[in-house]
Amino acid sequence: MSDQQSLHAGVNIGRTDPEAHEEAGPVMFGFWVFLMSDLVLFALLLATYSAMSLHGIAGGPTPKDVTDLKSAGIETALLLASSFTFGMASLAQKYRDDRAPMVAWMVATALLGIAFLGFEARDFVKLAEEGHMPQRSGFLSAHFTLLGCHGLHVSAGLVWMAVLFVQMRVPGLERLVRLRIMRLALFWHMLDVVWIAILTFVFLYGAA
Amino acid sequence: MNTHDLTYWLFGNLRWSDFPPKSDLIATGAASLVILGALGVVVLLTVTRRWRWLWSEWLTSLDHKKIGIMYIVIAFVMLARAVVEAALMRTQQAVAINAPGVVSPEHFAQLFTTHGSVMIFFMAMPFLSGIINYVMPLQIGARDLTFPFMNAVGLWLTGAGAALVMVSLVIGKFSIGGWSGYPPFTELPFSPGEGVDYWIWAVTLSSLGTTLTGINFAVTLYKERAPGMRLFRLPLFAWTSLCTAILMIFAMPPLTVATALLALDRYAGFHFFTNDLGGNMMNYANLFWLFGHPEVYILILPAFGIWSEVISTFSGKRLYGYKSMVFAVMCIAVLSFTVWLHHFFTMGQSANVNAVFGIATMLIGIPTGVKVYDWLLTMYGGRLRLTAPMLFAVTFLFCFVLGGLSGIILANPPVDFSVHNSLFLVAHFHNMLIPGTLFGMIAGYMFWFPKAFGFRLEETWGRIAWGCWSAGFLLAFLPLYMLGLFGMMRRTAETFRAEYAPWLWTAWGGAGLIVCGLGALIVQLIVSIRRREALAVPVGDPWDGHSLEWWTSSPPPEYNFAVLPKIEETEAFTAMKRRGRAYESPEDYADITMPKHTGLPVMIGAAGFVCAFALTWHIWWAAALGLLAMWGGVVARSFRSDFEHVIPAAQIERENEAWLARARATTPVDRFAELDPANRGKAVERQ
Repeated sequence: MSDQQSLHAGVNIGRTDPEAHEEAGPVMFGFWVFLMSDLVLFALLLATYSAMSLHGIAGGPTPKDVTDLKSAGIETALLLASSFTFGMASLAQKYRDDRAPMVAWMVATALLGIAFLGFEARDFVKLAEEGHMPQRSGFLSAHFTLLGCHGLHVSAGLVWMAVLFVQMRVPGLERLVRLRIMRLALFWHMLDVVWIAILTFVFLYGAA
Repeated sequence: MNTHDLTYWLFGNLRWSDFPPKSDLIATGAASLVILGALGVVVLLTVTRRWRWLWSEWLTSLDHKKIGIMYIVIAFVMLARAVVEAALMRTQQAVAINAPGVVSPEHFAQLFTTHGSVMIFFMAMPFLSGIINYVMPLQIGARDLTFPFMNAVGLWLTGAGAALVMVSLVIGKFSIGGWSGYPPFTELPFSPGEGVDYWIWAVTLSSLGTTLTGINFAVTLYKERAPGMRLFRLPLFAWTSLCTAILMIFAMPPLTVATALLALDRYAGFHFFTNDLGGNMMNYANLFWLFGHPEVYILILPAFGIWSEVISTFSGKRLYGYKSMVFAVMCIAVLSFTVWLHHFFTMGQSANVNAVFGIATMLIGIPTGVKVYDWLLTMYGGRLRLTAPMLFAVTFLFCFVLGGLSGIILANPPVDFSVHNSLFLVAHFHNMLIPGTLFGMIAGYMFWFPKAFGFRLEETWGRIAWGCWSAGFLLAFLPLYMLGLFGMMRRTAETFRAEYAPWLWTAWGGAGLIVCGLGALIVQLIVSIRRREALAVPVGDPWDGHSLEWWTSSPPPEYNFAVLPKIEETEAFTAMKRRGRAYESPEDYADITMPKHTGLPVMIGAAGFVCAFALTWHIWWAAALGLLAMWGGVVARSFRSDFEHVIPAAQIERENEAWLARARATTPVDRFAELDPANRGKAVERQ
């Protein structure tokens, strides 16, 4: 089988053995299927949020009271930038034999991800200081749960990345690590997609 | 820190008083049975020195066939428990007319909660996951599922959930909130104890496992089919497995969300479903039934697949209307997501919404009707052999149509207003689930048992089981339609209408017959094991089968097929037999790579159990430890690359040629003589 035929569609795994290309098909497809399942989770949390933001206020703060557009803007910029840097890491994996640029782009991704989580935590602390805790109303429960679930996914992605940083140095895992980086990339980009939905429904609608 | 704080830190809410003996005799008896059963298994394994065998051959295996069998073992254990609970509930309702009966109202509530939860999550789901696990890869000509490790993790998460439900019989109490766990009753102010938490974590563990399993099944069906096995050449059971898997992928997350939000309410004081501060129970109803309705079709579709295989095999005919069957399955899968609201017609939405969902619900009758006609037309003009699985199929066709009609009645919102939450509803869904799912699973177990173990099940006891189950089902559930129309509500621990008595006692008799049916299945298994030499079918095709799973020895080798077949049409094995090429030697053998055994999935399941048990009792340190161990297991696995072992071509050639030689030397029997001891696994159509 020629190299061209066995390449996986989209951003693929680059210069490595044919066996790895063969293996990429089912594992990438499987991960797409998992992501569909995970998206159902976010869709339901968004639906819950939209119901609660209308009917679950209970005399407490409204979406307008808890929306900090400036902070949301910074968070969006950080997360989109991290998706860009991960894209660059994927391209480096595909086209460069040298591992250094790939690692550098992934480190940048991780730092941007950590900064995003930092801003999100700051938002949460600020809300808590104003007395807007999730126990206050159904709306705030939904607000914290939706954002928290996304934040938890970002954290999980960061832990995953940390494990991969270690594994890049473990001999004998190269093929597996390359496949895992491809899957982590999909996961990371999906979190961007979810964030855009959150930005729209939580922050832009909230501020309006 | 005083002693109370220290005790809480170490043991959470767990106290000596949560351990047996229980307040009433029946509960103490049940707890003792669980303990004695567990001890019995330990003693048996120790005396027969089978621990090492159990661990190295079974528990650590990633072989889809062994995982499938282990799922079915879980299903049978849980079936036994839930059937006994059902019999106890029938007894209670029969005797509790103007009298307290045999169990307390609280205990009765625990019984209907565990009966429902166990039957759905820990009997039906493991049973169908087990059969799909065993059969589907064989049918599509695959060596294993795409992700064998994930498959084992799914099994052990389900096992952990089942273990949690069993432990709740011994330590503390289970939920009394019904299998659907409706808030606000399941919120802290109304259910402060550990019961609802047991329910939440048991269900969460199994739903996570099922999501993983669904992904695995779907990817396997898309990616691992043998060369030439196009989608429209798949056997019907493989088709229903695919649609079931897709439903699992999309329908299990709503359940996980529902239980997770309920847990946030209970553990962190959130207000998703509470009565106050903006909580809204209807959010739960929507989330739960967005899972719950497709779940009904997760339960029924694999059974539809089994009926298609059983009816076409024992009619000696091709399945009538193959394509219409496939399209019907796909339609049912899609429609199953559009009807969830019929589960709460009476909860206050507008008449227009009810009308839309009522019509959507009735529409499912169309593709289902297509399937029923196709099955009937498969039998029409066929040469029927009324073996035990086929008898179950015939009972299914009669009873399922009846249940379907009651479903069409219930789909009408005005009718639903008058009979909802009555025994009419209980009769309806048992009418669908027992002949539909459970009979399907039992038929599948009998149909594929010789494939899995190399010997047939004893037929007489199979027919006795069929008789008891069928008559028992009719006697136990048809009276409930009447009782429902008379106005008797479900989940009633005590009634005050003496005229219910004859109907309730009839139902009680039916429950007794079902217990006999379960007993007959156990006897059948024991008798068959004893007579396994006489019943052996090593060649592997005892019923003149149509699809690929019959084209390998019984039991099949670890790698399923020595050489993957090339598929040119539907009913691949029939085609091979017709051309006389079923038992030809392949031109060439090659090495086969298979996954190695590993104990990690068992460890991940055990850690999941520890985490869930600790969360139930608020033992935070153990919960954190369990969660860390679960993820640690996954991370540890990712540091290894030697997952596989290679089976050399020479060994495969030796094993396969031995099987082929045996197959060629075996005298075929006419398929009408398939129950004869002369059937060594080579049944053929009379020439």
